[in-house]
Parts: sequence; structure tokens; C-alpha cells
Amino acid sequence: MQNAILRLLTTLVTLFGVAVVVFVVIRLAPGDPIAMMLPPGASEDDIARLRANYGLDRSVPAQFGIWLSGVVQGDFGTSISLRQDVGSLVLGRLPATLELAGLALILAILLGTTLAVIGTLRRQRMAESAVDLWNGMMLSIPDFLWGLIFIVLLGVVVPLFPISGRIDPSLNPDYATNFLLLESLVRLDFRVTADLLSHMFLPALALALPLSAVIAQVLKQSLKEVMHLDYVVLARAKGFTEITVLFREALRNAVLPTLTLVGVQFTFLIGGTVIVEKLFSYEGLGNLAIDAVINRDLPLIQGIVLLFAVLFIATNLIVDLTYAALNPRLRHG
Amino acid sequence: MVRLWLSGGWLAILVLAAIFAPWIAPHDPLAQDLFLERLPPVWIDGAEPGYYLGTDSLGRDVLSRMIYGARIALIVAVLAGGAAALIGSTLGLLAGFYGGWTDRIVGRIIDIWMSFPPVLFAILLVAVLGTGLHSVILAIAIIDWTRFARVIRAETMAQSRMDYVASAVVIGRSRLGTLAAEVLPNVLPTLLVLFSLEMGIAVIVEAILSFVNLSISSDDPTWGGMIAEGRTQIHFAPWVLVVPMVALFLTVLSFSQFGEGLKDRIDPVLR
Repeated sequence: MQNAILRLLTTLVTLFGVAVVVFVVIRLAPGDPIAMMLPPGASEDDIARLRANYGLDRSVPAQFGIWLSGVVQGDFGTSISLRQDVGSLVLGRLPATLELAGLALILAILLGTTLAVIGTLRRQRMAESAVDLWNGMMLSIPDFLWGLIFIVLLGVVVPLFPISGRIDPSLNPDYATNFLLLESLVRLDFRVTADLLSHMFLPALALALPLSAVIAQVLKQSLKEVMHLDYVVLARAKGFTEITVLFREALRNAVLPTLTLVGVQFTFLIGGTVIVEKLFSYEGLGNLAIDAVINRDLPLIQGIVLLFAVLFIATNLIVDLTYAALNPRLRHG
Repeated sequence: MVRLWLSGGWLAILVLAAIFAPWIAPHDPLAQDLFLERLPPVWIDGAEPGYYLGTDSLGRDVLSRMIYGARIALIVAVLAGGAAALIGSTLGLLAGFYGGWTDRIVGRIIDIWMSFPPVLFAILLVAVLGTGLHSVILAIAIIDWTRFARVIRAETMAQSRMDYVASAVVIGRSRLGTLAAEVLPNVLPTLLVLFSLEMGIAVIVEAILSFVNLSISSDDPTWGGMIAEGRTQIHFAPWVLVVPMVALFLTVLSFSQFGEGLKDRIDPVLR
């Protein structure tokens, strides 16, 4: 309990630090967002009025104070380029990004585990070298390039999947939340589910491949170590087949080291959504982030970066808690 | 061995193309000709002689833009990779050799730095530094020095415990002199491998930033800019996307394979 409270406090301090750094750094940026909003020929008065309207005429600490007191009350300010509330803009886009990252994570775990199992069952044979070669390739090609390759091969040459957007505009589901995939499953609206999945598949796969290679590498290594331990040898001596030994005995003990790593790598995957969403014109946070940067939309950039920071910190927290729950040695720590 | 030759071969072609771009490129990379827009490459019907890889939606020659794009890709790779290597290995050498609080501070900074996803970090930095090639180079160096610092620190630590370091100190060499004359040459092979890997990363980051229009102006020929243009033309002129994509793929793969190949050759344990 004490640990949990301490953990929560440090998390809050980290978040505050991130907020300060982002706020100050962004204020150093060259370029005047107000000048970009006004039509040419606007008078000095107009500029001053608009500047005061967005609070940009105050000192940086005063601006930070105003912004922070707003954030605490759930008010993240108004986007300069879109002239909408930052909080609702960002939270409106968040579900799309979470669903994409979630699907990518599932794909990465399935693929990585399969590769690790194949590599372990077929040790010292052709299959293991093939797995290693494939892994090396996955690791050296980043998600951006995978995305491009899939667009060309599976979107244009063999047009199996759509290559832009989140959903076919003609479907236009009238849902209560923006978690379209989850809500379509709950409502048993499988036509929408299928369409969403077909739009998400290529970007999710592009994000998943590098992560799957990391999972395969680490899991294979720890499986290899476990496969020589006495209890596995005993299970084998009892006459269990190699596959049964692997799934019933070895995998459970080899998962822990992989888990911590997956947590760290998952934050990188979330970071990767920024560019992959842009590539596939997927209406998520990342796409919004790039537009915000291009338009020098300070309140919007701040809101998005803060939300990404929350996501990273939350991921690490979840991994720590899962690790503690799975590892009996830490249960009473 | 094979991969060292193959990857080295592609990189050599790239370097030559970049150096001799004005003499090799069949056309001006910026010249637009709306009568020649979206010409296919030579192996597809309807191609125009002289435009080997076709033209884009403004009638600019794809091959010439590729060749000039290689210049920008390599400039960023060498300068950004070099700057990251310089900052990272200096800090890594100092932290690994002196230990104590120097090591603790550097180690802590590395941890904080690496907890932030690089792509997001790069976009944010370029937003702050302003667009342009110099910001792209600076952003990559600021983000990626940790890759060098982490590995060089560990390597230096291992080397510092060796007898030859102790003997150098015994015969009266200064601490800093020992670091520069004895330890540095021994971590240099690792540094070279890292540098090769980093150049591949720098090429990708530059392509991503010019893809989202945060690098140099979109008229200038960059592979990322060509990919962005090709993405909008994907159904009418797929070659505008495919050509720079293949070049990017080969370059990134070559840098990483060259690095790995170098590692195998240099590391006597692996040989």
C-alpha cells in the first residue's frame, strides 16, 4: 500500500516535470502563431487583441500558471488553428490511437511468441537460423518503411486492404463513444468491426513487426535457458512431448523477462503511431500532433504531448504492477 | 563477408552518386514540365526516352531527384551521425573511465533521455528549432547521442580494468593521457560499428521529417519529400513512391548490415 502511494506521488512529480519542460521548450520556438491566424493586412490592434485573447501577452511563468490551473480543472485551453477546446479534441482522437496501438500489441505478441516457439522447438536446425535472419531484418527496418512497403504491396499491387482512413465514410456509425472497434463488438455490429479491422490491419502490422522481433529475440533466449533446467528435463523424462513441455512448463517461467521489455518497447510503439497514422491518414492523436506542429498550435501541442506523457507513464505503471502480480517473489515486497 | 560486400557496394554507389550528382543526373532535379507529368519508368509502356525512372506529378525527373536526394540523405547521415558519436562517446568515455559521480550523472541523463520515444522527440525538437536541414541534424544528434554513450561507457569500463591501463598509469602517464592514448584506440572498433548503425537511423529520421514536411523546403529533392508526393499519387503514378522507398530500404538495410558485418570482422571472439 505504502509502495503504491509512493509510486503515485513520484508519477505526479514526473508529470509536473514533463508539463514544465514542454511548456518552456515550446515557448522557445520561433514563429508567431498569431501572425499565422490573421489575414494579411490585419491592424496592430487586431493582433494585440487576439494575443491578449489567447493570453500570449503575459510573461511565461504567468502563462504557465494560467495553463496549469486550467489543466487541473480539466481545461486545456483552446486550439489556435482549429479554434476548438483542446481537451475535447485530444480526447476525441485518443480512442482511435489506443485501439490501433492495442491491436498492434496483440499482433506483435502473437507473432513474436510464434517465432520464439518455432526457434526453440527447432533449435540448431535450419528453422532457427531462418527465425534469426527474419528477426534481424525486422529489427533493422523501422515501422515507417514497413508501412510504405505494405501500402505498395497489399494496398496497390494486390489491393487487399484499404490504405487510408479509419472507417469507410459510407458506414458512418452513430456510436456513443469514439472507441469504435470496442463499441462495434459490444453492439455485435460486425459489419463495422470488419471494416475497422481492415483499415487498421496494415498500420497495426507496420507497428507490430519491429516489436515482434524484440519479443521473439528475448523470449527465445529465456526459453533456451529454461529448457535446460531440471524441472524441464524431468518433464521430458516423464515422457511429455517437446511441445507440451514448452507450453506447460517452460513458457510460464520464460515470460517474465520478456514482459518488462515489452512494456518499454510498447511506449516506443505508441510513439511510432505518430508517423504511421500520418502515413495511413488514420484519424488519431499522431496525425493531430503533426498538424499541430506544422501550424505552430501551442495549446494543442502541449495538450497532446502531456497526454502522450500520461500514456507512457501509465504503461510503465501497468507493467510494474503486472510484474509484481506475476512474480511471487515480489508479492510481499 | 558477403553482406559486408553487398552493403558496402550499395553504399559506395550512393556516395559516388551523391558526389557526382551534377554530372550523372540526366535532368535538372527542380525543372518542371507539365507536358511530361507522370511519365512511367522505361520498362512500362508510354515511357519517354531519357526519363529512366519516370516523372512525378509536376513533370520532374524521378531519377535526377533520387540522385540529388542521396546527397541530402548522406550529408545528414554523416553530420548527424558524427555529432551524435562525438557527444555520446565523449560522455561515455568520461563516465566509464572516471566512474563515481561522473558516471552516476551521465547514467541518469541517459536513462531519462531514452525513456522518451525518438520519433515524437524528433518532431517536437524540430518544431522548437524550426524547420531546415540544420535543425534536422541537430535534432538527431541531440536525441541519439545516448546510443553511443551507453555502449561506449560499458566498453570503457571493461577496458579500464585491464592490466595495460594499470601499467600505463604505473609508468607515469596522466589519467587523461591514458584515456586518450590507451583506452580510446581499443573502443574505436565499437565506435565504428555504432556509427554505421547510426547513419542508417539518421537517414530514416531525415526521410520521416521531410515526409511530414518538417525538413528542408518541399521543392528540394529529398527521399522523404518524394515519398510524401508519391503517397498522394499512389493510384496514378506508383513509381514516384516506389523508387525512393526502395532506395531508402536498401540504404537503411545496408548501413545496419555493414555495421553488423564490421562487428563480426572486428570482434575476434565472434570470428
